[in-house]
Amino acid sequence: MTPVRHALGTIGRAAFLALVLGFFALPLLWLASAPFDAHPSITTSVPEFTLANFRALLDNPYALGSLRNSLIQACGSAALVVTLAALAAYALSRARVPGRDALLYVLLLLSSVVTGTAAMVPLFELATRLNLIDTHLGVVLTLSGGLLPAAIFILKDFMDATPTSYEESARVFGASAGQVLRHVVIPLVRPGLATIAVWAVANVWGSFLQPFILLRDPDKAPGAVILYTLYTEGGAPRLDVISAFSLLYSLPVVVMYVFVSRRYGFRFHGGIKR
Amino acid sequence: MIALRGLTKEFPGGVRAVDALDLEIGDGEFFALLGPSGCGKTTLLRTIAGLETPTSGRIEIGGVDVTGSPPGRRDVAMVFQDYALFPHMDVTANIAYPLRIRKVPRAERTAKAAETASRLSLSELLDRRPAQLSGGQQQRVALARAVACRPKAFLFDEPLSNLDARLRLEARTFLKRLQRELGVTTVFVTHDQSEALALADRIAVMSAGRITQLGTPSEVFRRPATTFVASFIGSTPMNLLPGVAEDGVLRVGGAELPLPDGVPDGEILYGLRPEYADLTTREPREKGAFRGKVAVVENLGTAHLVTLECTGHLLQVVVPEGAEPPPGTAAWAVPRPGRALLYRDDALVGDA
Repeated sequence: MTPVRHALGTIGRAAFLALVLGFFALPLLWLASAPFDAHPSITTSVPEFTLANFRALLDNPYALGSLRNSLIQACGSAALVVTLAALAAYALSRARVPGRDALLYVLLLLSSVVTGTAAMVPLFELATRLNLIDTHLGVVLTLSGGLLPAAIFILKDFMDATPTSYEESARVFGASAGQVLRHVVIPLVRPGLATIAVWAVANVWGSFLQPFILLRDPDKAPGAVILYTLYTEGGAPRLDVISAFSLLYSLPVVVMYVFVSRRYGFRFHGGIKR
Repeated sequence: MIALRGLTKEFPGGVRAVDALDLEIGDGEFFALLGPSGCGKTTLLRTIAGLETPTSGRIEIGGVDVTGSPPGRRDVAMVFQDYALFPHMDVTANIAYPLRIRKVPRAERTAKAAETASRLSLSELLDRRPAQLSGGQQQRVALARAVACRPKAFLFDEPLSNLDARLRLEARTFLKRLQRELGVTTVFVTHDQSEALALADRIAVMSAGRITQLGTPSEVFRRPATTFVASFIGSTPMNLLPGVAEDGVLRVGGAELPLPDGVPDGEILYGLRPEYADLTTREPREKGAFRGKVAVVENLGTAHLVTLECTGHLLQVVVPEGAEPPPGTAAWAVPRPGRALLYRDDALVGDA
């Protein structure tokens, strides 16, 4: 009885895993095949190979420019988030601030509200008064504000895990605060900074609502917003252009993940110490 | 020279880690701060380094008041317990780091690092990262980094405690020779009394933020000022037995010993190191001997530590190799004259 039950169990588990795997693999397969298909549909099929979809995409005046906009907004936000979060996390990790943990948790809680849909009206109002509507800076500041609390929280754990004796040693040898930060602290937490940078880029890359509302001019819209405009005049999705654009839109993030993971190795513990 | 005057460090919450401490450490002296954990010795060292700000008092290094100076302006080098070698720099960069801060040109500091490394026999390891070094090598790189910046004083925080026992003895000898060669004033913190006795020119035994006794290793070992120092110093703990002095005799642990001159009558604590008594299995002719039964025999290698069960207390005696009696036999411990110490109210009053 037992070997049979054991075999049945193994088969059941394998079938279940195959089903789950298929469920997640199919869309990816679509992304790989549809851009090269002469007649793409919403189902995955063996493509009738063509590059015409990409040619059609190039005819769209905003498609390639939008990827450049995505890059500007993503890199700008990542640079801002990494710089500010590193400084804040270092200070919070090293200085004795009363009520520090409570402050961090409140920040983390508020962050989901700040860039959330609920705050979009006041954010729009604020951006209007600051003349930040229709600027990359407006998008970068809004998105960075939302990402910062979580970034500080994660980086603080990296900083906490670094012994203070390294910094003290440098200080006894005469290093200034800036030198301690540049020579010792930043190299030691570099994997953490890389993690935060990648996470920020990926987040901004996929953001739709904030740039959609804060940018009027399609010349400044990022990829996520332009993807939403690829419809025929009748309102039907143009699957040939959408599939080609989706592929181009996904590639930079995938390349970045591979590169950073090779270079630094991910040490993402979600704010939990190893 | 390092001079501390009325130095006090109080942490938030009211803990006095260093309490109104006065101390002078001479030029070229190898000075040990010895005490159990929590006695304030590391805080004192960190205050000298400038990593802690004293609550009150003054610190002078080489005749200059450095109480308010940042650590980098005090011209001291500190070796941390975990060595604090920068993991992202190779050995050369680590040793040359103090010179990099002083803006010494790259070629010059690399040459200096190589020279210092060869002095500490690290030449083969210059390109390695700290993670690729053994504990002993890491310790020597940390020393080399301290040596390379030619400071007025070295501050060592438990420099040997992260090494395994055998390596520790080697490193100890090495450290003492290095300090002799360089002749740089050195303050080191340790909780290991044997390390302090072996290395230091003078020892300050600390307890609760104060110096309990200050003296050369032999002074501290021979005449511990208090029973705390007496029980802390020595690889085998000192026997401390309660006794009474009256009518010119000292009654302690069932034995009657002659009372030395100048010790008034009253209760007394009798201290005797296990090394300073002889054990016989035949009743000795002289009167002042402790009679007991052998309870435990511990092998120390070249000697044995015998625990005698006397009337109402235990007495430990170190017996030479091969002379140890089997457990259960009756034996007498005869203290060597002049080697026992008498304490009253936790202060040394005489020896017997």
